[in-house]
Amino acid sequence: MRNLIAIPAIIFAVILQSAMISRIYLLSGIPDLPLVMLAAWALQDDVDSSWHWAVAFGLMVGFVSGIPWYVYVMGYAVVVALAQVLQRRVWQAPLLAMFSVTFLGTVILCLISFLVLRISNVNIPVGDVFGLVVLPSVLLNMLLAIPVFAVMRDLSRWVYPSPEVE
Amino acid sequence: MRNLFSRTLQTTIIFLIAGGVVALALGGYFSSASNVFTGSLVNMQTWFSARFTAVQDFLTAPRDMASLRQRNTELESEVAELQAQVIQLQQQVGDTQILAALVDFERARPENTYRAAAVIGRDPSPFLHYIMINRGSNDGILRGMPVVTDQGLVGRVDAVIADAARVQLITDPASSVNVHLQNAEVDASLSGSVTGEVTLGLIPQKGNLEKGDLVLTSGLGGGYPADLIVGQIVGDPDVQTRDFDLFQRAKVQPVVDFNQLQIVLIIVNFKPVDLDPLEPTP
Repeated sequence: MRNLIAIPAIIFAVILQSAMISRIYLLSGIPDLPLVMLAAWALQDDVDSSWHWAVAFGLMVGFVSGIPWYVYVMGYAVVVALAQVLQRRVWQAPLLAMFSVTFLGTVILCLISFLVLRISNVNIPVGDVFGLVVLPSVLLNMLLAIPVFAVMRDLSRWVYPSPEVE
Repeated sequence: MRNLFSRTLQTTIIFLIAGGVVALALGGYFSSASNVFTGSLVNMQTWFSARFTAVQDFLTAPRDMASLRQRNTELESEVAELQAQVIQLQQQVGDTQILAALVDFERARPENTYRAAAVIGRDPSPFLHYIMINRGSNDGILRGMPVVTDQGLVGRVDAVIADAARVQLITDPASSVNVHLQNAEVDASLSGSVTGEVTLGLIPQKGNLEKGDLVLTSGLGGGYPADLIVGQIVGDPDVQTRDFDLFQRAKVQPVVDFNQLQIVLIIVNFKPVDLDPLEPTP
């Protein structure tokens, strides 16, 4: 039942992203709160609803954005997949995994967006994309990753309380 | 009878002596003695008063401190409320100034019908330049309607829901606006970029561009009404002319500050022309 917290959390995050966070610029890059939240959520132990969050976030952000909705659904699904791979195989250090997922997830989402826009005949120079959009966005998402990870860890402990040892 | 006489005499004598003393004192004959007497009385009273005040302060000070702290808290709270009101009023003044400028703009162009909307968000993607406004189809907003401010052209409505709409800014990389250079008397095409810079293209080589030339919408293509101010050509070095190019290019400084957009006007009586049916199909 506590899983239902996802609905207000996702709606609140998308509103926050559109109303406030999208106005924070570094060159032409902006932070992506849904992506960072999703990465942090997918990296928590016992969380089994990451894919649902990815689809919900993708549809919500795709609805708000001018980019086709499937770009975000695909991008966020990749973030969850990356998080699960890293969580299972690579590190026990969660913050390091968080940074890795945020970095790779941002780059991949930007790459998908870029490709879809280029296919749609939108003229975007590659040099501008990496220097002015991708790298600043990665840096901003990394900065956002630390506080978001702490919040999502607390949220996951509330949604999935560990069984008491008798 | 004898006792009564002697008592009356005593009383009379006492009154006479007292009266004499008072008369002498008023006459100033006892000034030194009275000064010493009253001085010692005053000193004694001062001493007692000072000790009493000290003891009273000692006993009542904690209560006063508590009440002062309480009062201080109340005043701080009041100051915070007033500061919040000041900020709110400053915000209202800013909004009023913007609205007044928009009303002036609307009055200057009575041929158009406008609807004001507040900017409530921006596109989450760093690749696109869109804004969200709080007016939608319930307010008569349709896709393709031009959006302006008192300064000039902002963009056009790209998508609409019941109570909100998404506006594509002219700085968006997918945006293209047909414009007219007022001084050079040539038409051109204005396009945005991912960095938000706005560039003029398709300018004929014969066109004589100069720094500061005003860029207006031409109305060609039916996407925007004619003669809306878009911006100015910036700097001679930005006018790029190469012999082997068919067209010139130039950078444009938009008149609208897109980072500070708060309230915009939608031209609701403009119906964009859909040219898709006229385009040849491959």
